[in-house]
Amino acid sequence: MIGPKVAIDSFWLPKQSSTLAPQVDFAWDFVLYTSTIFFLLLMIPTFYFVMKYRRKKEGEVTSAIDHSTRIEVVWTVIPLFVLIALFFVGLTPYVNASVAPANALEVQVTAQKWSWSFRYPNGTTSPGKLIVPKGKPVRLVMSATDVLHSFYVAEFRVKQDAIPGQYTSLWFEPTQTGDYVVQCAEYCGAPEGDIPSDKPGGHSDMLATVQVVEEQAFKDWLETGGEDKSVPPAERGKKLFAQWGCSACHSLDGTKLAGPTLKGAFGREEELADGSKVKIDENYISESILNPNAKVVKGFAPIMPVFQGQLQQPQVEALIAFIKEQK
Amino acid sequence: MAVAVPGAGTEKHEHGSPPGSNYLNAQSGVWSWLTTVDHKRIGIMYLVSTLIAFALGGFFAILVRLELFTPRKTIMSPHMYNQAFTLHGAIMVFLFIIPSIPGSLGNFFLPIMIGAKDVAFPKLNLLSLYLYWIGALFALSSLVLGGLETGWTFYVPYSSTTSGAVIAVTFGAFILGFSSILTGLNFIVTMHKLRAPGVGWYRMPLFLWATYSTAVVQLLATPVLAITLLLLIVERAFHIGIFDPALGGDAVLFQHFFWFYSHPAVYIMILPGFGLISEIIATHSHRKIFGYKAIAFSSLAIALIGFLVWGHHMFVAGQSELAAVIFSFLTFLVAIPTGVKMFNWISTLWRGSISLRTPMVYAIVFLFLFAIGGLTGLFLGMLGTDMHLHDTYFVVAHFHYVMMGGTVIAFTGALHHWWPKMTGRMYNETLGRVSAVTMFIGFNMTFFSQFILGSRGMPRRYYNYLDQYQPLHQFSTVGSWVIGLAFLFVLYNLLASLRSGAKAPDNPWGGMSLEWQTATPPPTENFLTTPKVLHGPYDYSNDPKGTGGSDS
Amino acid sequence: MSAVTHDAGHTAGHDSPIGPPDPSKHSPDFDVAHHFDTADQQFDAGRMGIWLFLVTEILFFGGLFCAFFIFRSWYLESFVEAHHHLDKVMGAINTMVLIFSSLTMALAVRSAQVNDKKKTVAFLAVTLLCAAAFLVVKYFEYTHKIHEGLLPGKWFAGHGFHTAHPGMFFSVYFMMTGIHGLHVVIGIGLILWILIRANRGEFSQRYYAPVEGVGLYWHLVDLVWIYLFPLLYLVG
Ligand code: HEA
Ligand code: HEA
Ligand code: HEC
Ligand code: CUA
Ligand SMILES: [Cu+2]
Repeated sequence: MIGPKVAIDSFWLPKQSSTLAPQVDFAWDFVLYTSTIFFLLLMIPTFYFVMKYRRKKEGEVTSAIDHSTRIEVVWTVIPLFVLIALFFVGLTPYVNASVAPANALEVQVTAQKWSWSFRYPNGTTSPGKLIVPKGKPVRLVMSATDVLHSFYVAEFRVKQDAIPGQYTSLWFEPTQTGDYVVQCAEYCGAPEGDIPSDKPGGHSDMLATVQVVEEQAFKDWLETGGEDKSVPPAERGKKLFAQWGCSACHSLDGTKLAGPTLKGAFGREEELADGSKVKIDENYISESILNPNAKVVKGFAPIMPVFQGQLQQPQVEALIAFIKEQK
Repeated sequence: MAVAVPGAGTEKHEHGSPPGSNYLNAQSGVWSWLTTVDHKRIGIMYLVSTLIAFALGGFFAILVRLELFTPRKTIMSPHMYNQAFTLHGAIMVFLFIIPSIPGSLGNFFLPIMIGAKDVAFPKLNLLSLYLYWIGALFALSSLVLGGLETGWTFYVPYSSTTSGAVIAVTFGAFILGFSSILTGLNFIVTMHKLRAPGVGWYRMPLFLWATYSTAVVQLLATPVLAITLLLLIVERAFHIGIFDPALGGDAVLFQHFFWFYSHPAVYIMILPGFGLISEIIATHSHRKIFGYKAIAFSSLAIALIGFLVWGHHMFVAGQSELAAVIFSFLTFLVAIPTGVKMFNWISTLWRGSISLRTPMVYAIVFLFLFAIGGLTGLFLGMLGTDMHLHDTYFVVAHFHYVMMGGTVIAFTGALHHWWPKMTGRMYNETLGRVSAVTMFIGFNMTFFSQFILGSRGMPRRYYNYLDQYQPLHQFSTVGSWVIGLAFLFVLYNLLASLRSGAKAPDNPWGGMSLEWQTATPPPTENFLTTPKVLHGPYDYSNDPKGTGGSDS
Repeated sequence: MSAVTHDAGHTAGHDSPIGPPDPSKHSPDFDVAHHFDTADQQFDAGRMGIWLFLVTEILFFGGLFCAFFIFRSWYLESFVEAHHHLDKVMGAINTMVLIFSSLTMALAVRSAQVNDKKKTVAFLAVTLLCAAAFLVVKYFEYTHKIHEGLLPGKWFAGHGFHTAHPGMFFSVYFMMTGIHGLHVVIGIGLILWILIRANRGEFSQRYYAPVEGVGLYWHLVDLVWIYLFPLLYLVG
């Protein structure tokens, strides 16, 4: 089985796939080399002294030199400068990561035990998969509904906690197309009772995908509300009907809930609150979904939510196809 | 000998103990132990208790590593895994590493090293031990009360909403906090008020400076943990809404409170270890320690700066950017006094007379591993790289290098260093060295691989992981078995010495500090008369036998 | 050197303002513990221990004050609105009671130092009464709050509030005054303990450390309230 994967093309770090990654990796290299030098600076004398001054006989005379102010200053001040340099090298990528460009595409992220959901400005919602254009900055505005979670894409070098009752944000600009795995980096527990097969480990299986595509492909996808054209419309409609909560108010078997049943709705004559009559056709259904208060059915309160701006045209079409099938 | 201890062990006794009597055989029976106020006996009981805690924590570590041998299920369910690493972390931190060195070696040697008969408040000392036991019982009650799976950090809102024995464990940690406070308080007063004539501050062994700094942190930081845990308990029991966002509280506030204690706490963990390393290196190099004052004051500096850096655990947790920048800067400052220590230790090796006995081998292992642990802390203190590394195995590797590679190695080394003094028996030197080398190898196998895992993007607290990480995880698991083997060597070696080890002389390593000048094992009141100290604890220089020297 | 006689190594009186110790006034069963060389050393160590303990207490309450200021700055309006529901008169009475008890406590310590057993006992008893009075007032305040539904967080059921988070104020209020109240209860226990000992004549100008220690503790409890009262009841 080939599962999701973090692409790794060097010994230490994943492949650089965002504009931020090279900046972070510069800081990494800097601290890696500095540390290696200091490590050698400590270890070479250690082993050399241990060999050279190894006790050969009891009662050897040892040095009486027990301090040196000059050298004490040296090994205080030089590290001080090195450390200040490290601080600034680490600061740059962080500052860049903190301030998103003004033209960034803004996506709302909701984290909950154990899934991610992404919502685009035009209302398109995509559970578990964040599709973004290559070469464009994307800003994620995140929140959580239950406990802490953390959005982490190793190849982008970004990470940010999602917190209940608060909004946090993060941005990146992907430089390569492809699929990237989102891992949850803040511990969030495991499911109670039977282990569900899709999220067996809870926190460790709270994965999502970032799919970076060419800009045009992204535009097409966003306009269609993220519909997969290869699936027949009625089937997609069925899914949407459940996903968007229509079934809470509309039965498919003739029972009357908060809204009229949709059993045999298509082609039916409907009496409206103002007494006029209307035949249920494609246009009427479309209007009922996008702007339900324009024509209110007699005997029902105008409580249906407005879906204009949330459902895209292809999705409405899919819903119509589904409703048509309810004979 | 320039220390005026009139022929310890040979002289006529003024009062109390008959000739040949020591703290172990002065009284007998379980009850005499449970009601003792002798700091040495309390130290021994702390030693046994914390080592049992370590074995238990290690048992959970072995389970954690076994589960990670394969992705998905190897031997346990996700729930059990979450409990395993939580208990592993919580036991290691609260029941082992924080109380261990001060409670055991600190208790045993602090009064001896300043020529006192006991700590300032012996009964309070016994109370600390009992509080430790009670706290431990509460913490371990979670094993039967439905487990604990919050991680050792108890982050809300997870900890305030999940099922399990959160209240019992946090209450246990609360009590353990008081135990820790009382120990610290006792030590500070002892060092201020009970030094024998001639023991000026600068004639205290460096272990005591380290213990002093530790005690300051214990005293100033632990009360904040206490109030935090209390708030968490009340939050969980009564939903008062301090931390729960659903009731208007703030989840990030909890993290600030928690790390305000728990970052200084990492210095509670390491500073005593630093002190032990100073003792071991000086004694086994037979050399005046290099930069005594620099080492002494760097401990205090670490303790104090350590209070200002807690936010480095929260760079990506939703604190303000400005705060993150300040915390990052201050984090780097802690590295300077730590570096000063490292450089001075290594300079102490220079022109010394180094004997590679077991404690010294451990000390060198310490220098190696702690250097890696400390330097990788810098990777995490850097804002840019921490975005990538936070909550990955890189962090796990970092803190095992400092806590296990640092503190535990120093502790194990010091246990060998002082074993003869405490028990009167010599262990097997060869097996001792073999155990140190085995541990070094196993440790690097287990945790160096975790640096690579982490930098490649493997998050921590993961039950399941991406298939690509499996080889490194397996290597790490095998390493954990090698560590286990090394500890079996240690365990066997020390226990066997009690039955069949050679009798230890009073001063097997030719040490200069006061504990070596009294009988082995020490008599109940430590010295037969209050010693008058004429020179510093490391005055080896210019003495052909390596056991005397000039005034400091 | 012998460690367990009454006079063990005692050379000079500690710097108490009372003058040199009078050996005839030794407390009957006071020993210098075996590990101290002199009574002074023991006394100094004890006093330092108490002070360090008080430092930890201050940090303990410090955490709470910190939480108070953070939530107050976030939910300022709610805090202002909610604090009007506290009874300033009762709070003020309690403040007086505690300040007065601090005075009587100080007098008790003083009396112990000059070997005045009768006065020591009397002042301690007054202090005890004040502490009890404090708790009684607190009891009435609490029952009143509970009656009005002014409870923390989830339990909050107060009416007529116009801001969003009055429950937060009461979370902080109950935590702070509750933990302070717990300290008062512990204080009552401690005062009772030294009262009994004083009555048995255990203290003298040579040995009054427990009275002084409990006194310091009681002053701290008082001090914390002196901060709590204006912060919770007065500032709007
Ligand atoms: C014994 C315990 C101990 C010690 C001593 C340290 C020491 C340090 N730690 Fe560590 N740390 C932990 C225990 C410890 N830590 C634990 C338990 C966690 C995780 C908790 C959790 O989340 O569960 C943690 C996590 C942690 C984080 C948070 C990571 C994250 O979650 O994202 C950070 C970030 O800054 C950090 C930094 C440091 C630094 C800079 C030091 C410094 O003090 C190190 C200083 C030493 C050196 C640098 C080496 C020697 C110095 C020189 C030779 C001088 C010259 C060097 C140069 C100029 C380069 N640590
Ligand atoms: C003092 C602190 C300390 C010590 C010494 C250790 C020691 C070890 N730790 Fe621990 N660890 C922590 C503190 C510590 N750890 C903390 C705080 C966490 C974070 C928890 C959290 O996320 O909440 C953690 C997390 C942690 C993880 C990450 C889990 C995860 O994130 O999912 C792992 C994984 O490998 C691990 C492994 C080990 C191993 C293999 C050892 C080994 O070194 C242990 C070796 C010891 C023994 C084996 C016992 C003694 C041996 C004997 C008595 C001989 C007989 C035994 C055998 C033959 C088996 N630890
Ligand atoms: C909160 C309840 C509620 C939800 C959710 C809801 N509806 Fe409705 N719907 C109603 C009510 C009430 C009416 C009748 C009043 C009206 O026409 O506004 C109605 C009317 C309709 C009609 C016209 C039916 C007729 O018989 O004339 C259609 C078609 C319809 N809804 C489709 C949907 C779809 C598709 C969704 C989901 C995307 C949905 N509804 C979600 C309450 C709801
Ligand atoms: Cu969500 Cu971890
Ligand atoms: Cu830290």
